[in-house]
Amino acid sequence: MIHVENLRVAFTGRRQVEAVRGVDLTISEGECVALVGESGSGKSVTARSLVGLAGPNARVEADTFTVDGRDARAFAARDWRRLRGRFAGLILQDALVSLDPLRTVGAEIGEVLQTHGIGDRRDRPQRIRQLLTDVHVPEPERRARQYPHQLSGGLRQRALIASAIAGGPRLLIADEPTTALDATVQAQILRLLAERRASGETLLLISHDLAVVSTLADRVLVMKDGRVVEGGDTRTVLVSAGHPYTRKLISAATGRRRGTTTEPGDVVAEATALRKVYGDRTVVKDFGVTIRRGEIVGLVGESGSGKTTVAQLLFGLAEPTSGHVRFEGADFSGVPERARRPIRRRLQLIAQDPLSAFDPRWTVRRIVGEALPRGADPEPCLERVGLGADVLDRYPRQLSGGQRQRVAVARAIAPRPSLIICDEPVSALDVSVQAQVLDLLADIREADGTALLFISHDLGVIRDIADRVLVMHDGRVVEQGPVKAVFDHAGHEYTRALLDAVPTLEVSR
Amino acid sequence: MIRAIARRVASGAVVLWAAATAAYLALLAAPGDIVDSLIGDGADTPQIRAQIIAEWNLDRPAVVQYLDYLWRAAQGDLGRSYLLQRPVGEVIGDQVPPTLKLAVAAAVFGVALALVLAVTTRHRWARRASSAAELVIVSTPPFLIGIVLLSVFSFRFGLFPVSGDRGWAALVLPAVTMGLPIAGVLAQVLRDGLDRALDEPFAITARARGLRERAVLIRHALRHALMPAVTMLGWLTGVLLGGTVIIEQVFGRPGLGQVTLQAVGNGDMPVVLAVVVLAAAAFVVINTAADLAYLVIDPRLRRS
Amino acid sequence: MTLALPRPVARRLSLRRPRPGLAAAGLVLLLALAAVIWPALFAGDPLAADPLRVLEAPSAQHWFGTDQLGRDVFDRVVHGARHSLSIGVAATVIAVGAGILLGLIAGLAHRVADEALSRGFDALAAFPLVLLALLFIAIAGTGTTSLVVAIGIATTPHYARVVRAQTLVVRQAAYVTHAVAFGGSRVRLVLRHVLPNVLGPIPVLAMIGLGEAVLIAAGLSFLGLGPQPPSPEWGAMLSEGRGYLHIAWWASVLPGAAVTATVISLTVIGRHLQNRFEGRPA
Repeated sequence: MIHVENLRVAFTGRRQVEAVRGVDLTISEGECVALVGESGSGKSVTARSLVGLAGPNARVEADTFTVDGRDARAFAARDWRRLRGRFAGLILQDALVSLDPLRTVGAEIGEVLQTHGIGDRRDRPQRIRQLLTDVHVPEPERRARQYPHQLSGGLRQRALIASAIAGGPRLLIADEPTTALDATVQAQILRLLAERRASGETLLLISHDLAVVSTLADRVLVMKDGRVVEGGDTRTVLVSAGHPYTRKLISAATGRRRGTTTEPGDVVAEATALRKVYGDRTVVKDFGVTIRRGEIVGLVGESGSGKTTVAQLLFGLAEPTSGHVRFEGADFSGVPERARRPIRRRLQLIAQDPLSAFDPRWTVRRIVGEALPRGADPEPCLERVGLGADVLDRYPRQLSGGQRQRVAVARAIAPRPSLIICDEPVSALDVSVQAQVLDLLADIREADGTALLFISHDLGVIRDIADRVLVMHDGRVVEQGPVKAVFDHAGHEYTRALLDAVPTLEVSR
Repeated sequence: MIRAIARRVASGAVVLWAAATAAYLALLAAPGDIVDSLIGDGADTPQIRAQIIAEWNLDRPAVVQYLDYLWRAAQGDLGRSYLLQRPVGEVIGDQVPPTLKLAVAAAVFGVALALVLAVTTRHRWARRASSAAELVIVSTPPFLIGIVLLSVFSFRFGLFPVSGDRGWAALVLPAVTMGLPIAGVLAQVLRDGLDRALDEPFAITARARGLRERAVLIRHALRHALMPAVTMLGWLTGVLLGGTVIIEQVFGRPGLGQVTLQAVGNGDMPVVLAVVVLAAAAFVVINTAADLAYLVIDPRLRRS
Repeated sequence: MTLALPRPVARRLSLRRPRPGLAAAGLVLLLALAAVIWPALFAGDPLAADPLRVLEAPSAQHWFGTDQLGRDVFDRVVHGARHSLSIGVAATVIAVGAGILLGLIAGLAHRVADEALSRGFDALAAFPLVLLALLFIAIAGTGTTSLVVAIGIATTPHYARVVRAQTLVVRQAAYVTHAVAFGGSRVRLVLRHVLPNVLGPIPVLAMIGLGEAVLIAAGLSFLGLGPQPPSPEWGAMLSEGRGYLHIAWWASVLPGAAVTATVISLTVIGRHLQNRFEGRPA
C-alpha cells in the first residue's frame, strides 16, 4: 500500500530543521506496523508525510514514494485530498483538541461523508449512528448531538476514531492514540484498534511506548533522530534487539525493581482522616497515611482520583476540610503558614513539569542556591544528580527535559529534607530518561534515608520504585499494602482492573 | 443560562451606577463653585442661579443631592442645559440618529472589511501587503485619513459632498474613515486567531478528512478566530463613540460628537455629564451582547 | 509532545535575514529622538513667518513647503517632535506607573477587591478615550497638562490589566509553589519571584503604548484641546493646515505623516522585541 525509500523531511523557515533523515518504510495490506521513538525522533512527521500533512513549511523528498500504487512525489494538493479520509484515516492523541471543540461530534463525523460525497444527505444521520455504534459508543443518537467536552476521554477518542473510519479508509494512521488516556481506557481503545484491524483495516501505529505497540504490531520500526535504527518483526526486535538504543527502550519498558534493604525508621509524616471538599464535591475522603524515614510510598490513581489534592494537603498548600497532617511531630495542617516555616525546608516537592517549576529568569546556580544556606556552593548538589558545572549558568529553558528534572531533584535534596513529595515526577519524560531519574531517586533514598511520597498514574513506575502502595479511586483509598502483595494479589476489583489494563512487554524467549 | 443573563444585567446596572456616580463626583471635584460649573459660559443671572439650586437640590444635604441626582438619572431625566435653556435629553436626543447612523455604517464596513482581509489574504505577498497596510492605517491619525479621503474624493473628483448629513452619499466618506482603523485592528486579531486555530490538532484532523484548506478555514478556524474578535466589541464601542467626535468635526456632520465638543468648549457641564452616562449605557449594552455572543459561539461556556 | 509542531531535532541553522522594515523603523526613531533632544541641529526657527512665501509647495529650500503664514513646515515638524513626543512620553509614564500599582494590587488582593478593580479597568478601558479626555478637560480646563493627565488616566487600564493577569499567572506558577518550600515570607516571595516576572514585558508594552498615546494626543490637539497655536504640535498643525487642503496638501498631510511614521516605527520595534522576549519567531 505504501512504499517509501529514503524519506527526508526538512522544515524551512528562519530555523532549518531536518526532522526525518532517510527513512525506508513499506506497509502492506492488512498488516499493523508501528513506529516507535521518543520525542523528536521524527516518527510523527514521518507518519504525517504519508498523507501529505507534514506542514506548510516542510520540504518532503524521497527516492521512491508510492502511495496506493501511485507516485506521491508528483501529487498535487488535490490528489492528496482525495486520499485523505478515503484511503487513509488519521487519529491523533487527544480528541478533546483533535475534534473541533465548537462542533458536535455528529457534525465532525458527517463532514467526512459530506466531503467525499458518501451517501446522500438524508441517510447521513443513520450512517453517523452506525459509525458510532461500530466503535461501541452507547446511545449514539444522543452522543452525536453532543460536543467533545461533554464526552468522557474514552468516548471522545472513540468518536474521533469513528470520524477517521467514516470514509471507509483501508489504512488507519494512529498517532499516539492512547497517550492522553488513563490505563483502563487505554486498554479499551487498544482493543478497539485491534478490532478494526481484524476487520481488515491496515494499521500504522505511532507511539513512544513499546509495550502499547507490542500488543498490536506485526512489525516495529524504532526511530531515533530522524532515522530508523532498527526494524523487523515485533517479536524478533523485542527478543534480540541489536541496536543499543532499542535495548535501552526495552529495558525501560519492562521496568526494573529498585528495592532496598534498609528498614523504615521513625515516622516522618502522618495524615489522618483527611477530607477535602470543594463546593459540593468531596475530592478526598478519609485519607490516611503514615510515612517513615527511608520509605518510598507510592500513591497511584487515574485522573480525577484526588491524588494531586492529597499532595497539596500534605504539602500545606491547601487546608483539609477535616482531618490532620503532622510532619516531624508538629502540626502541619490547621496552623498558619508562619508556624510551618521553621520546618518548611525539611519537606520538599518535585513536580511533573520541571520547566514551570523554575523561575524562568533564574540560572541553575541561583535555582539550586536558593535551596542551600547562603553562600553555599551548588556544585556538589549538581554532582550528586549527575550534572556537571557546565549547566550552572544556564537557564531552565536551555536544558533538556531530563536535565531539568535532575536540577529539580538537586534543588529538592539540597536542604536535606526528611520527605520529598514527588507528584508525577517522570510522567513528562521520555522512557529512557524516566529510568535514569528513577535510579537517581532510589539512590537518594538509599544514601540519605529520605522518605518519598511517589504519586503517579503509572503502575509500572510505582512497581519499580515504591515499597508500599496506596491505590486511590474517587477520592478514597481502595487498597493499600506492600507493592508485591498488591500487584500480585490485588484484593479490590478496581486495582485488578487497573493492573489488567497496563500493557506489558512480554519478552519471553 | 437565565442566571448568567441576570448576572450580566445586574453587573451592567452596577457599571451604569458607577458611571453616573463618577460623573457626579467629577462635577463636585471641578474647581470653583458647583453652580458656576453648571452654568458654564451661559448667562449668569440670579434667576438661573436660583433655578440651578432648586433643580440640583443644592440647598439640601449632600446625600439628598446625590440620591436625587441618581433617582432622576434612573428615570431618564438627564437635567437641563442652562446654556441652551433646553432639557439635556432634548439637546442630545436630536443628535443621536445621525451619530448612530454613522457608527453603525462604520462598524459594518470595518467588520466586513476585516473579515474579507483576514480570510482572503492568507499567503505570502498578499498577507504581507495586507499586514503592512493594516499597520499603516492603524498608526495613522483617523483625521488624517479623513482629510486625505476628502481631498481626493470630494475636492479632486467631486464624488461625495464635502460636509453635512444630506443623503447616503454624505455618509460614505465618514463611515470609511472611521471603519478603516477598525478593520485594521480587527483584521490583525482575526488573522492571529486563524493562524492559531489552523495550527491546532483539530485542524490537522479536518485536513486528514480530505477537506480543502478553504473549508478548514471557514468551517473550523473562523469560529475560533471570532472569539478574540468578540472580546474587542467593547473596544469597538469606545472607538466608535470616541471616533464620532473627531470624524464629525472633520466632515462637518451634526451629531453627538459635535454637541459634546461644543459643550466642553462652553463648559456646559450638564450636557457633558449626560454624554458620559449615555456612553456608559452604550458600553453596558454592547458588552452584554458580547457575553451572549460568546455563549452562541462556544458551547463549552454554556455549562452553568 | 507529538501534538505540537515538530520540535527541532538536530541541526539548527539560524539564518540571519536582513530586515529592511526594522532598520527603517529604527532610523525613524533615532531621527525623532534627535529632533526631541536637539531640534536646532536640523531645522530653523519654527515660528519665523515669511508673508511673501505663503503656502509654497515643497522645494529644495523648503523641503515640506510652507504654511499659510509662510512658516517652513519642515522646521515646524522637527520642532513639533518635542511637543508631540513629550506629551506621549509623559502620559505613558503616568499610565505605566499607575497601571503597575493598580494591577499589582488587583492581582495580589482579595477576590472582592480584585473583582471591583478589574471591573473598573474593564469599564475604563472600554470607555471612549476621547470622551474621557474631554470630560477631564471640561473639568480641569484646556492645556498641555490636562492633555497629559487625561491620556495617562485613559491608558492606565491597558497596563493595569496586563500586570494583573501576569500577577495571577505568576502567583499560580509552580515555581512560586516551590519557593514556599524554602520557607520564605510572603513579601519575600512577591519581591523575589512575582514582581520581576510581572514587570518583564512592561517596557516593550510601554513602547507600543507610547505610539498609541502619541496618536491620541495628536487627535485631541487636532480638536484644539492641546498645546495652543503657534506651538508647532503635529496634531495642531494638521488642524491649522486643514483649511488650505485643496491648495496646499503639504501643510496638513506632512505633519500627519510624521505622526504615522513615528507610531509605525514604535509599533514595529515594539512588536519585534515582544516576539523576541516571548521566544516566538518574529
